[in-house]
Amino acid sequence: MEWETVIGLEIHAQLATNSKIFSGSSTAYGAEPNTQANLVDLGMPGVLPVLNKKAVELAIRLGLAIDAEIAPRSIFARKNYFYPDSPKGYQISQYELPIVGLGHMDIQLENGDTKRIGITRAHLEEDAGKSLHEDFQGQTGIDLNRAGTPLLEIVSEPDMRNAKEAVAYMKKLHALVRYLGVGDGNMQEGSFRCDANVSVRRPGAEFGTRAEIKNLNSFKFIERAINHEVERQIDIIESGGKVVQETRLYDPDKDETRSMRSKEDANDYRYFPDPDLLPVEITPADIEAVRATMPELPDAKKQRFMAEYALTAYDASLLTLSREVADYFEAVAQGCGDAKLAANWVNGEVSKTLADNEMEIAAVPVSSAALIELLKRIQDNTVSNKIARDVFAAMWNGEGSADAIIDKKGLKQITDTSAIEAVIDEIIANNPGQVAEYRSGKDKLFGFFVGQAMRASKGKANPNTLNDILKQKLEG
Amino acid sequence: MAISEAEVKKVARLARLAVPDDRLEAYTQNLSNILNLVDQLSAVDTTGVEPMAHPLDMMQRLREDVVTETSHREKYQSVAPEVEDGLYLVPKVLE
Amino acid sequence: MSQADSIHTLSLKGIHDGVHTGKFSVMEATDAYLDRIERFNPELNAYITVTRESAQAQAVDIDNRIRKGELTGAMAGVPYSLKDLFCSEGVRTTCASNMLSNFISPYDAHVAAKLKAAGGVLLGKNNMDEFAMGSSNETSAFGNVCNPWDTTKVPGGSSGGGAATIAARLAPMTLGTDTGGSIRQPASFCNITGIKPTYGRISRYGMIAFASSLDQCGPMAPSAEDCAITMNIIAGLDSRDSTSVDLPVPDYTANLNGSLEGLRIGLPKEFFAEGLDAQVGAVIDRAIKEFQAKGAIIKEVTLPNSHLAVPVYYVVAPAECSSNLSRFDGVRFGHRCENPKDLMDLYERSRWEGFGDEVKRRIMIGTYALSAGYYDAYYLKAQQVRRLIKQDFEAAFKDVDVIMGPSCPTTAFGIGAKKDDPIAMYLEDLYTIPVSLAGLPGMTFPIGFAADGLPVGMQLVGNYFEEARMLNIAHQYQQWTDWHTQVPAQFA
Repeated sequence: MEWETVIGLEIHAQLATNSKIFSGSSTAYGAEPNTQANLVDLGMPGVLPVLNKKAVELAIRLGLAIDAEIAPRSIFARKNYFYPDSPKGYQISQYELPIVGLGHMDIQLENGDTKRIGITRAHLEEDAGKSLHEDFQGQTGIDLNRAGTPLLEIVSEPDMRNAKEAVAYMKKLHALVRYLGVGDGNMQEGSFRCDANVSVRRPGAEFGTRAEIKNLNSFKFIERAINHEVERQIDIIESGGKVVQETRLYDPDKDETRSMRSKEDANDYRYFPDPDLLPVEITPADIEAVRATMPELPDAKKQRFMAEYALTAYDASLLTLSREVADYFEAVAQGCGDAKLAANWVNGEVSKTLADNEMEIAAVPVSSAALIELLKRIQDNTVSNKIARDVFAAMWNGEGSADAIIDKKGLKQITDTSAIEAVIDEIIANNPGQVAEYRSGKDKLFGFFVGQAMRASKGKANPNTLNDILKQKLEG
Repeated sequence: MAISEAEVKKVARLARLAVPDDRLEAYTQNLSNILNLVDQLSAVDTTGVEPMAHPLDMMQRLREDVVTETSHREKYQSVAPEVEDGLYLVPKVLE
Repeated sequence: MSQADSIHTLSLKGIHDGVHTGKFSVMEATDAYLDRIERFNPELNAYITVTRESAQAQAVDIDNRIRKGELTGAMAGVPYSLKDLFCSEGVRTTCASNMLSNFISPYDAHVAAKLKAAGGVLLGKNNMDEFAMGSSNETSAFGNVCNPWDTTKVPGGSSGGGAATIAARLAPMTLGTDTGGSIRQPASFCNITGIKPTYGRISRYGMIAFASSLDQCGPMAPSAEDCAITMNIIAGLDSRDSTSVDLPVPDYTANLNGSLEGLRIGLPKEFFAEGLDAQVGAVIDRAIKEFQAKGAIIKEVTLPNSHLAVPVYYVVAPAECSSNLSRFDGVRFGHRCENPKDLMDLYERSRWEGFGDEVKRRIMIGTYALSAGYYDAYYLKAQQVRRLIKQDFEAAFKDVDVIMGPSCPTTAFGIGAKKDDPIAMYLEDLYTIPVSLAGLPGMTFPIGFAADGLPVGMQLVGNYFEEARMLNIAHQYQQWTDWHTQVPAQFA
């Protein structure tokens, strides 16, 4: 019998503020332990929190981008639990009345369809510190630099039905957070973390019991962890067992999830409104002020790219995954005047080379201006697309501009028909057998002749000219 | 309302207080007395009354996003029971 | 009699004038109080820490600055003490708890910094009920405080050390805190003046929290004028406390002499019902008649939900304290148990050993009231009834300018008399708690002595931010009476 997977994600995005959510300490990553933990962050007796305005603005920004209601009045609550990385014995979070209410985001499925994922809420909260388990005479060391860093927890509806959808949602949200400047989305530094609620059911049945998988901090892990968890749950049910509601931790080394019983011990968080903080009021004017500074959103950009540059939905959605890629593409498209060509190159060679080198577009060594120069050489038939890829590789390696490389390596395409004719005449003369076969109807051999001619011209023959002449001569 | 010894134990665990067994009865009695006092509230009709979390109807003031702090680690850690290499130490935490 | 022997009889203004006209130095004033503390404190136990050396160093510095004309304000050169829950940098700040018995605060509370900057001289830190939880100063881990009027009696609480300090003139002024009556009740028991301003009027930054939505700092001193002078220094917005109010601060000394003619005084009938000790009631009645004689109009008002205030308070305050006190976990500061075997043991034993019984009771009650399944029945319900109590006051203030009544149902009770009966202790605060829940300003000023010879204080409640008017009323009363200048013979 068939099983249906049900997935909801809770994503913690660290907000791009300079100071902490309730104190004036720096949020910069990587400082010496406890040098960015002030009296408030340490939960010293007598200290009080004061809310960071930028954190509120960034939350509104994300809320507007997912078409959510922004609460005119929202409340901070204390989530009470003891843990060494939680200095006050409670985390300041939001429970009732979060700052961002019901919203949604559309994701692109592999088959090209669009699916709408509901977003239940997004709330502001403070991050915890870090426990370092290296051996300090058998003890754990606590670094509270991260304590009080602002987070936006974005909670989805259980709308995803397989791991790929979950990854698509997470990627899209990740891109959105970066697009908007809401956060840097740095997953290695933990600025973008995901917990997945996973359950299985028979299609159409009630939701099954869910397990929460903690700390999925890469796109690769989330897919693997969910698939693993689904298998685990199906195995349990099919062998007559029952899934237990619990928190599980994904171990990427072993590719398995394991129960975190320690967290189950006391999960009565005793939420109540934080008496040290007052309700946050957000007026329509506040919302409009944030809206006025919003960049073009990915979906709007995608629609515009499709309309303005006649791109396919697929090309446009790839190009709008990040603001930097979109900007790069637009510069190239406008510079070379051929959007399709620009899209093919940005989604093709550029993306591929970035991925091979595990680099981000921000660090791309071939500037949009340099790429434009290269694409112009394709357009004016100086080089073929194929040769251009070699030129691009050389440009990536810092060997110079497109023109300089073409010149230096003698890659200029041969468009002189007499030179191409001479090459073809020689091939026809040297391969009488194949010529005869071709002429007797074996069309497939055309490719053989193209290949021979290209090889003879060291790839520099203009492919269109070569094709035309070859056809004439063979049929001649 | 009376609270049972088992409930007192549970609450003490939540609050991280190691109540010794020989004190449990006294605590249970005292807490029950307090709950009895508090139970008067259940008879009050509060239909439609908005809960009051703060004495004044004020809204939260917001702070500009400016880093105002420098490190005072040594001073702050001078009151700590146990530190090493700038870290606060606790018995090994198992996840 | 040398000058130093009478400095302690002076008001804040008297001390200020003395040091500014060169009658005596700041050092002489400081030493006069330090000597009195040395002499009388062993009997009263009103101070947990005496900062003799830093006080003398401060006195030298302030003498110099006054001489150079750098310091002229009303607190310049004036000694004072602080309840031991105000963080004071470099000084032990214990909250009268074993949890913090060795805690040297790394920073100053807002009000401590204000008084320091104004040129005050910190004499020491006053004893109190542990974490401000108590009404008799018997929950202190540093021993109980005795009432200077009868050392077999309690001074009240939780600011009991401060009240005894002022009553015996071991400082001319102290700052206390009031969560459910902790300034007003000990002020009543010790024949001093104390004001709990409107919630939010004074920053709570650096005041170790008991119940955040109720705690408020306020001055305790012999007279209303002393309180007004102090209020001028400490009141006002502090950006580090989100609940501190951004409203202009009046000059509290400017209107002390306003007339009481036509003042409408409301007497809540619930405060004069069964439960009020007859001899206390008699003193209150006499003082009310004195106001009437000065042209005030007396009206009866009703606070129909005030009998619910104690139950509401014993949900709200413990709930908040259960969370506020979670930070005392033996990790970053405070008591840590010996050889914890694991993390749970570290938490459970450090907290069990560090906190006293009353604190632990309240943490447990609060934890229970917030826990799953009980939140609505206890915490939410209490918050709703809290609003009803506030609405009672709002209705009453439509008809009257201020409310008066007893601060406490009895005079000071015997040490140990209620120690083992928390409920009886809680009911001590039945007249002060409603005011705290509403966030209104309340004060106590001395109005005489009951038949048992112990002091009685009048509770005066104003509308929100009407502290200036309240100080004016109490000051006027202190112009035609001298109760507030009376000191127990033994400590004269």
